[in-house]
Amino acid sequence: MKVVSRASIVAFLLVLALLVWVGSSIYRAGYTTGVGVPREQPIPFSHEHHVSGLGISCEYCHVSVTEASFAGIPPTYTCMTCHSQIWNTSPMLAAVRTSAATGKPLTWIRVHDLPDFTYFNHSIHVNKGIGCETCHGPVDKMPLTWRVNTLFMSWCLECHRAPEKFIRPREEVFTMDWKPSGAEEGKDLVKKYGIAVKQLSDCSICHR
Amino acid sequence: MSNNTQLDIRQIRATLQSKQGSEYWRCLEELAETEEFREFLHREFPREASVWDDSSMGRRQFLMLMGASLALAGLNACTKQPDEKIIPFVRSPEFVTPGVPLSFATAMVQGGFATGILVTSHMGRPTKIEGNPDHPASLGATDAFTQASILSLYDPDRSQVPLNRGLIGTRDKFLQALSQALQAKKASGGAGLRILTETVTSPTLGDQLARLLRQFPRARWHQYEPVSMDYAREGARIAFGRIVTTRYHLDKADVVLSLDSDFLTHGPGAVRYARDFAQKRKVAGGKQTMNRLYSIESSPTNVGAIADHRLSVRPHDVEALTRRIARGAGVLVETPQSGNHDTWLAALVQDLRTHQGSSVVIPGLYQPPAVHALAHAINERLGNVGKTVSYSEPVEIQPEQSQAESLRKLVSDIRDGQVDMLVILGGNPVYDAPADLDFGGALASVAFSVHLGLYADETAAECTWHLPQAHSLETWSDARAYDGTATILQPLITPLYAGVSSDHELLELMLGTAEPKSYDIVREFWRRHSGSRDFETFWRTSLNSGLVAGSTFPSRNVRVRMQEVQSLPPGRAVPGDELSLAFRPDPTVWDGRYANNGWLQELPKPLTTLTWDNAILVSPATAGRFDLQNESVVEIAYNGRKIAGPVWITPGHPDQTVTVHLGYGRTKAGRIGSKRGFNVHAIRTSDAPWSIAGIGLAKTGAKSRLAVTQHHHLMEGRNLVRSASLAEYVANPVFAKEHQPSAQPSLYPEHEYDGYAWGMSIDLSACTGCNACVVACQAENNIPIVGKDQVLAGREMHWIRIDRYYKGSLDDPEVVFQPVTCMHCENAPCEVVCPVAATVHDSEGLNVMVYNRCIGTRYCSNNCPYKVRRFNFLQYSTDEPTLAMQKNPEVTVRSRGVMEKCSYCVQRISAARIEAKKEGREIRDGEVVTACQAACPSQAIVFGNINDPDSRIAKLKADPLDYGLLTELNTKPRTSYLARVTNPHQEPGTSA
Repeated sequence: MKVVSRASIVAFLLVLALLVWVGSSIYRAGYTTGVGVPREQPIPFSHEHHVSGLGISCEYCHVSVTEASFAGIPPTYTCMTCHSQIWNTSPMLAAVRTSAATGKPLTWIRVHDLPDFTYFNHSIHVNKGIGCETCHGPVDKMPLTWRVNTLFMSWCLECHRAPEKFIRPREEVFTMDWKPSGAEEGKDLVKKYGIAVKQLSDCSICHR
Repeated sequence: MSNNTQLDIRQIRATLQSKQGSEYWRCLEELAETEEFREFLHREFPREASVWDDSSMGRRQFLMLMGASLALAGLNACTKQPDEKIIPFVRSPEFVTPGVPLSFATAMVQGGFATGILVTSHMGRPTKIEGNPDHPASLGATDAFTQASILSLYDPDRSQVPLNRGLIGTRDKFLQALSQALQAKKASGGAGLRILTETVTSPTLGDQLARLLRQFPRARWHQYEPVSMDYAREGARIAFGRIVTTRYHLDKADVVLSLDSDFLTHGPGAVRYARDFAQKRKVAGGKQTMNRLYSIESSPTNVGAIADHRLSVRPHDVEALTRRIARGAGVLVETPQSGNHDTWLAALVQDLRTHQGSSVVIPGLYQPPAVHALAHAINERLGNVGKTVSYSEPVEIQPEQSQAESLRKLVSDIRDGQVDMLVILGGNPVYDAPADLDFGGALASVAFSVHLGLYADETAAECTWHLPQAHSLETWSDARAYDGTATILQPLITPLYAGVSSDHELLELMLGTAEPKSYDIVREFWRRHSGSRDFETFWRTSLNSGLVAGSTFPSRNVRVRMQEVQSLPPGRAVPGDELSLAFRPDPTVWDGRYANNGWLQELPKPLTTLTWDNAILVSPATAGRFDLQNESVVEIAYNGRKIAGPVWITPGHPDQTVTVHLGYGRTKAGRIGSKRGFNVHAIRTSDAPWSIAGIGLAKTGAKSRLAVTQHHHLMEGRNLVRSASLAEYVANPVFAKEHQPSAQPSLYPEHEYDGYAWGMSIDLSACTGCNACVVACQAENNIPIVGKDQVLAGREMHWIRIDRYYKGSLDDPEVVFQPVTCMHCENAPCEVVCPVAATVHDSEGLNVMVYNRCIGTRYCSNNCPYKVRRFNFLQYSTDEPTLAMQKNPEVTVRSRGVMEKCSYCVQRISAARIEAKKEGREIRDGEVVTACQAACPSQAIVFGNINDPDSRIAKLKADPLDYGLLTELNTKPRTSYLARVTNPHQEPGTSA
């Protein structure tokens, strides 16, 4: 009897632990967070091909990344600057041509979606030396785009509490696979760019 | 709350006596110390525990529901955020950067007169209106109506399709019907064709009307507006022999006399006048002079509230007093034999005479022509003309001497069968025409009538055709400001609803143009009339700056015909036993045109703090005489016509007089505005639009609840309002800081602020209580409305409220307005009680509210001594698609169960900080302007960085007048006040 009751207590605790583990696994799984899950888009656009293959800069399409909160998604006409000349009969790009012809915009699925009560501004990050890669990962190696980070608040705070670990020179923000030159570089840049680290973990920096 | 309260006026008087008139009070219930009132104060959120009190839900059912809710709430967390779509442009328009709002200059038109505005547009959605700093009628500020007009644009109840006798019609069918009707008119030269408009200052519309009248010479143009300037025009005609527009230059006036005028809050140029007046009023910064305001008024107004001397008289007595003042100023008019207020008038006249050339007399729209003519004569005698007052050609295109007369002529012609086609461009005459004309009845007999309006309203229902009009933010037009400055109105968005979108298009259709466009019409007019060789530059410059350069009317030299003015026969003296009544436009819904605007409906009206209704305002003495209680319904009879409405006892209201406001009792206003209050047009006749005497008043025994907010968020005395006269201030500049209990020591460590430290200062001398800040805040911060029932439960959501305090006697109290926002205390009592750290401090001293953390305990609100926190008891924010378009994308839309409060417009601080950081500089003084500060016509609100010793805010905080609310609690509020300084006349016995 004693054994049974002891075993049932242990079993109960084990089941509870299992439940917690299952719950947190689901919470952190790619299924929930979108990490590592390539998103299907109206056109199978490959960053890998355009960035590493052709060497097009991020800013060519994401034009407002240095000046606005929103990095910008290229208008159909940006696609058509090249694709009116090359691959202009490719069936894969039919949707782009239709959009240009009819004036109906393309509809993309947002890969990096923050909750509505969180206000992120691309321009200040890029201007203060946070590279595209830091948050978006090796986009130059993504045939279809996916998230490499959870976008959890704890993830944001990793950098907001210690930006020296992630900062890079302004000139390098669009560089892919960048490596810091020395251990002190980050601290120097934080000082040089006048980043008020204490302030970065204020609620009002992102929530309003 | 006051549902069953019986107020004993005599007992209240006794209470006041014992207070020796030295304390401020907010409402009669407070003075009467009724049981309900104590209960109300005790339970901060009244009825919050008894939301179910009107339901039959039992304990078991409640527990069942709660259990199910808990289980379902847990499951709720399992949902994934839905996919969000990004829709880029096909071809990117120039200047548009997603995420960066643009601003366009245009104008807001009310009663024909324009106020320049800058409209913020987020990706093609206009979201917020600010004043245009370059426009003379705005100088960057706005009034509450202008702030709220953005909501009208998105009103889902706006008319959306053409209606033919109430059934859905099409544009084509209308055009067919119109051309048929006009075919017949061509032969007859337009006989039987009438156009009815509101007041017109639009040069383009004027030109179109002139062309139409040339094409149809026998057609006629009528103008009517329920709040018209008829009396002002007629007064000018008497005084000068011709109609002129009067302009005041209050920046040059040291003594201002208002004759039943609310020039600081309503009417053309009010926003500008408030600015000029306040500049002369503020003493902070060591000034030792200020202007002095006398107000003679027949219904309590904001002007009277901030006046140094206020005389509350019955409407018909204003003329007699004006005559005596005129006599004193040297205008030899017939004056009444005897009168009261001798010392008051003597002091005033002496003041006017010693300030010749720097004084001004401003007559109100509600006073008869004689008062206007006398005011012109006084101003001329005092040498004020050319200094504090000037005249120009009339700003109206065709100034009707009397719009009431114009409408009367139209109705009598209809009755004589002379009108078979009537085109109504805007306005709602079926609702607001004088009762004696029975416009609605006449309209029914017109064979072909067209109504163009924003709403399918009472008039639309009576017309053959109704066409949905485009909002002024949706179409091209033009209009002139109070001084004649023209603005070309440009659209911010394509019309949400199809139809014949503007009066310009409808007139052009009548002129025979196929498919006219407002843009072409307005542009073509200015091409012909700009007088500029380079039209394209003229057009672009005018649109960009929001005004046509050089279009301000020059001032004209006119002389008062003293003979005519002096020989004016005195108006009828009203015997003391006759009860008189004053009609006034409503302070929030005006003549009813804003009835369906929720922001304005829920805006507490200045002085009464009434929302969602109109009431019959009476003085405490009159209430005592007729044995009336608040909210008891009375019937008012006049010449066989009757209205009935609830009473509201208003301290400072003249005795033997009642005030009623226009704009209520609408039947077809929309979901917000219909069936609210009572329609006073039922007793308003064309010969007496603003005051009548000899009304009958009878109690009905019924009660009707009124949602007043004056007792909400009460801070219970505690020396919140501080004021002194100029003489006292000069003798003792630190009066505001005296009797200030020292702050309690704190157990918590001090906060340190080495960067920015944001703070706000509100000048109580300058605040006119106009409410512009309240609506501006609502528009900027996505603040919902809650409805009358919720207001009754004390749940209005405004982040900034204007507390109105009375001081002194019940019959003639001094009034002080005090805007109260979150104080952003450095030692915030709300923060320490939040169990989930949802309200915390940031490093710049903002007390921030983190909505996503809030679990709705409301402890913070309980612990806030200033009562500035607002809780979303229900899901107040709406999903209505058009209303969602108005929302500011930079501010979170809060849902049910979340606490919220003033954030010091943190989104604006963030935007400025990011820009400054990108440029590698500090935020400049004046770069962050909060929504309330931007809107304030009198610039009473200043915001900035206290840590910067050169900033405006730092200087104001160092001013001897600066004081904080409840600083004895050691809350260290970041918002502080500049104590109120008044400038009463030195003469004894004049303290009104």
